[in-house]
Amino acid sequence: MGNLIGKAVKRVEDNRFIKGEGKYTDDFNMKNQTFAMYVRSPHAHAKINNIDISSAEAMDGVVKVFTGKDIAEAGIVGSICGWQVDFKNGDTMKEPGHPILVADKVRHVGDPVALVIAEDKYIARDASELIEVDYDILDAVVDPKAAVHDGAPQVHDDVPNNKIYEWEIGDKESTDTAFENAHHVTSLSFHNQKLVPNAIEPRAALGHYDSNEDKYTLYTTSQNPHLARLIIAAFVLSIPEHKLRVISPDVGGGFGSKIFAYNDECGILWASKQIGRPIKWTADRSEAFITDCHGRDHVTDAKLALDADGKITGLRTKTYAAMGAYLSNFSTCVPSYLHGTLMQGLYTTPAVHVDVTAVVTHTVPVDAYRGAGRPEATYSIERLIETAAKEIGMDPAEFRKKNFIPAFDGVSQPGYQTQVALQYDSGDYEGALNKALEVSDYEGLKSQREEARSKGRLMGIGFSTYIEACGIAPSAVVGSLGARVGLYDAASIRVHPTGKVTIHSGAHSHGQGHETTFAQVVADAFGIGMDDVNVVHGDTENVPFGMGTYGSRSLAVCGSAIMKSVDKVKEKGARIAAHKLECSPDDLEFANGAWTVKGTDKSVGFGDVALTAYVPHDYPEGEEPGLDFASFYDPANFVYPFGTHICVVEIDKETGEVEILKYVAVDDCGNIINPMIVEGQVHGGIAQGVGQALYEGAVYDDSGQLLNGTMLDYTMPRADNFPMFETDHTVTPCPHNPLGVKGIGEAGTIASTPAVVNAVIDALSDYGVKDLQMPLTPQRVWKAMNNNGKL
Amino acid sequence: MIPGTFDYHSPDTLDEAIKLLNDLGEDAKVLAGGHSLLPMMKWRLAEPTHLVDISRLSDLDYIKEENGYLCLGAMVTESALENSELIAAKYPILKDTSEVIADPLVRNLASVGGNIAHGDPANDHPATMLALNAIVVVCGPNGSKREINIDDFFLGPLWTALQDNEILTEIKIPIPKQYSGGCYIKLERKVGDYAIAACAATLDFENGQCISAGIGLTNVGPTPVRASDSQNMLVGTDVSDEIIEKASVLASETSQPVGDHRGSEEYKRGVVKTLTERAIMKAKNRALGGN
Ligand SMILES: Cc1cc2nc3c(=O)[nH]c(=O)nc-3n(C[C@H](O)[C@H](O)[C@H](O)COP(=O)(O)OP(=O)(O)OC[C@H]3O[C@@H](n4cnc5c(N)ncnc54)[C@H](O)[C@@H]3O)c2cc1C
Repeated sequence: MGNLIGKAVKRVEDNRFIKGEGKYTDDFNMKNQTFAMYVRSPHAHAKINNIDISSAEAMDGVVKVFTGKDIAEAGIVGSICGWQVDFKNGDTMKEPGHPILVADKVRHVGDPVALVIAEDKYIARDASELIEVDYDILDAVVDPKAAVHDGAPQVHDDVPNNKIYEWEIGDKESTDTAFENAHHVTSLSFHNQKLVPNAIEPRAALGHYDSNEDKYTLYTTSQNPHLARLIIAAFVLSIPEHKLRVISPDVGGGFGSKIFAYNDECGILWASKQIGRPIKWTADRSEAFITDCHGRDHVTDAKLALDADGKITGLRTKTYAAMGAYLSNFSTCVPSYLHGTLMQGLYTTPAVHVDVTAVVTHTVPVDAYRGAGRPEATYSIERLIETAAKEIGMDPAEFRKKNFIPAFDGVSQPGYQTQVALQYDSGDYEGALNKALEVSDYEGLKSQREEARSKGRLMGIGFSTYIEACGIAPSAVVGSLGARVGLYDAASIRVHPTGKVTIHSGAHSHGQGHETTFAQVVADAFGIGMDDVNVVHGDTENVPFGMGTYGSRSLAVCGSAIMKSVDKVKEKGARIAAHKLECSPDDLEFANGAWTVKGTDKSVGFGDVALTAYVPHDYPEGEEPGLDFASFYDPANFVYPFGTHICVVEIDKETGEVEILKYVAVDDCGNIINPMIVEGQVHGGIAQGVGQALYEGAVYDDSGQLLNGTMLDYTMPRADNFPMFETDHTVTPCPHNPLGVKGIGEAGTIASTPAVVNAVIDALSDYGVKDLQMPLTPQRVWKAMNNNGKL
Repeated sequence: MIPGTFDYHSPDTLDEAIKLLNDLGEDAKVLAGGHSLLPMMKWRLAEPTHLVDISRLSDLDYIKEENGYLCLGAMVTESALENSELIAAKYPILKDTSEVIADPLVRNLASVGGNIAHGDPANDHPATMLALNAIVVVCGPNGSKREINIDDFFLGPLWTALQDNEILTEIKIPIPKQYSGGCYIKLERKVGDYAIAACAATLDFENGQCISAGIGLTNVGPTPVRASDSQNMLVGTDVSDEIIEKASVLASETSQPVGDHRGSEEYKRGVVKTLTERAIMKAKNRALGGN
């Protein structure tokens, strides 16, 4: 190993980003390009009687207008669901259709009914306003729990009671017994509210069909260009896969919302062939609010059973999880395999039962959003834990310690088998908690809280001790659980004749800093400089078939594929070096960028070997020229980062405003390659989780209108809503991947939401407030204080 | 942004600008900093066919004291107000106000004239100008010029006393007396947001007695609201805590909030009281020499 691992190397990609010179989909243009605008339903649920496109078609500069009829006639189905989760009684999951343009009935505000293509975007917009749609407005259902009631408005005729599936995991019987015998039961009910991802770059597509080459090109905002290509080519448009090139250039954030192969992008590609010209479509912010998949939207009843000693004996949750109006690609696995399987938390709870009903509602489709299922699970667990500790009069830190799974390294001690399918890889949960107690000076905080309270100030401390499962794998296991894809990744390493290196990565970077971290790993391994390595990603023509970036998987999964290729380069390099040094490869050791004959000063450098591989004049017999290897890596297990976050808040008694005074995050993501990038991920994650706790949430009225669908109305947090975060780490390496790394992309989001809410509830304890629904807006907090008659 | 089609005019002089407005009629709109108008055009809530850009009229960009008034040219930006030494020293209430408007990017372009001319009860300057008893100077065709008392300026949501062919050129604020102080306090969901509610308060003291008071409220009515009863409660007193409490209750009763995603009517009334209390307290402090 060299000396780059663990260094806070500055991000190489920032050179272009901070100058505003990143190249995003909308920055690309093609000759003879046209512009598209989707006409979207203003109603959540309505029958379409008629669509009149004549005035739009007649407008100067309009190239073509398509409606649902054209799509239906072309026989194109919409995007697909990538994970089949069946009913617990064995019935098959319901999979309603999802047309690219709707012909008969719209099912959420934003459902597209026509596609206008024009010479420029202004004409497209003007023309779209001329399209007259005659709607019969129908009743809508937006509440996940109300959706299953008899007589609730039906989203799809072929989905009775709006139920997509009813699923369960864990042992119902033993859990029932635990509750029957419980000394104390803590019960809470939440709406883990619907969130709008709001990546800074809206979705965009530039589609082109080249009739000379019989080939399609799609520039698009995807977190996973190969997956997008596979879905679009093989499942939606029936294009031979090698005839479609998907390029995902710089992408301005995704947070999950750009994993999915959306109908909109498919529509652009399809239409480009129909009109014989390239088409560009770029969503605006208002469109993003009503078309990017939302996150969360779980309505949950959660219960925790305790014995007389304060030991947890059982946990039970019942969740109604909204899918929105249609099933997005991975919508179905989020509330099931990414949520139910995490309900053990990091406690020894002997009996766990999770019951999930997935439902459709007349709202924007819901799918993975930073954390995807794990934030919902962690919220349920950590709110229960903190509440239970309060109810039995125990310090929340002590209560956790009493119930933690003891430390295990996954090497000399086995992994921890949970009640809900997963086997944790390695962990030292108490270690992270202890570190957080120390870093935050918990004892000091407690006395500060006492002092503040004695002066009538409302100060609160909240904990969240989380575990999360990322780098979801292995393929065979997820396949048996209903996944219709594999979950490996791929990377190739091309050593050039001069000893410079290009990594072709299946993972895509859209904020995570892969161009730095991956280069760091490889430069370190070969003992060469950061400048000697570059990372290529995002173009299906150039990179191997990787599954892309989501679920905090890039370093753990794609990084492992990179390491496999590194090993292959080193092995072959050693054979070439041995030839040059006239020894056996076994006599060599690789260090500081050179192969050296052990115990001597005879050595040959990495660059020399590279040159020899490509100018093989004096070369081992039978050895192929070149130094270029691709590898696929299918992990043995998930990786399980964990940690403790502590949040300290103060509430303004009169306005209900919550101020975060202090925020301490101790995360364990195994070995750390670049601490600065890790810290950045933690910061952003915390901010996003705090956003859910205090500010954000899609607000629908009963008719299904999204009431806060603009940046003016939807409250994204801003820098001044946060104190300086204090971050720290413990390091428990992952035992089953070459770098010993776990994931850190989502940890902040998973951990922070309950930590903040727990702190606010603690601050309100004098008011007898046991729970509040997120977001904890000033008004909600104010009401909670005032209804109790104390102000 | 994909607005409707419009023509853009960039006149060099005020007279030229007014003539354009006069000739083009109601289809024309003045464009100042553009940060209220352009968002409305983006959403096509406004589709003017002509924009008359007054941002190049250099003679509308001044902050000076003259003839007993602080005179602000209409095109003075929020960041200019925020950074002016004169404002910081003598008119901290204006600094308070500018600082809580939007974010620095917006403040670099947004004009104080536009903030008032837009007639949005959610904007922050209107309440402050009420509390300061400002006078709005307006120029019209053929060299006409009129002064409008701030109380007569705001007629309804996005509706002011300005005619289509008039340009707001200046805002005049009486220079404060020796023992005067003012303060603006805003409650917002996040920085850069429009107010849940906000209160502007000014107080003039003589011999320890309050001789005049101005209380203006933001975003709790169809126009900015002057809390006259609350003002009256303060005048002739030493503005004790008890009086402040009573005046704040009156402000809360005067406000006419409607419930929306920023808060229920009940909540907004509650915070009007709190904000008024805090604003008066701070104004008093400043008037009597504190910060
Ligand atoms: C993200 C964002 C957040 C914001 N937050 C706040 C906030 O918290 N508080 C707040 O007060 N404001 C806020 N604003 C509004 C901002 O301060 C506006 O720019 C300001 O209110 C209007 O000034 P302007 O110079 O941009 O006017 P413009 O947008 O150019 O004009 C606004 C209106 O006034 C008319 N007009 C402008 N100047 C004149 C004139 N001299 N004579 C006659 N008519 C004129 C225009 O025709 C138009 O109808 C925000 C804006 C944005 C974009």
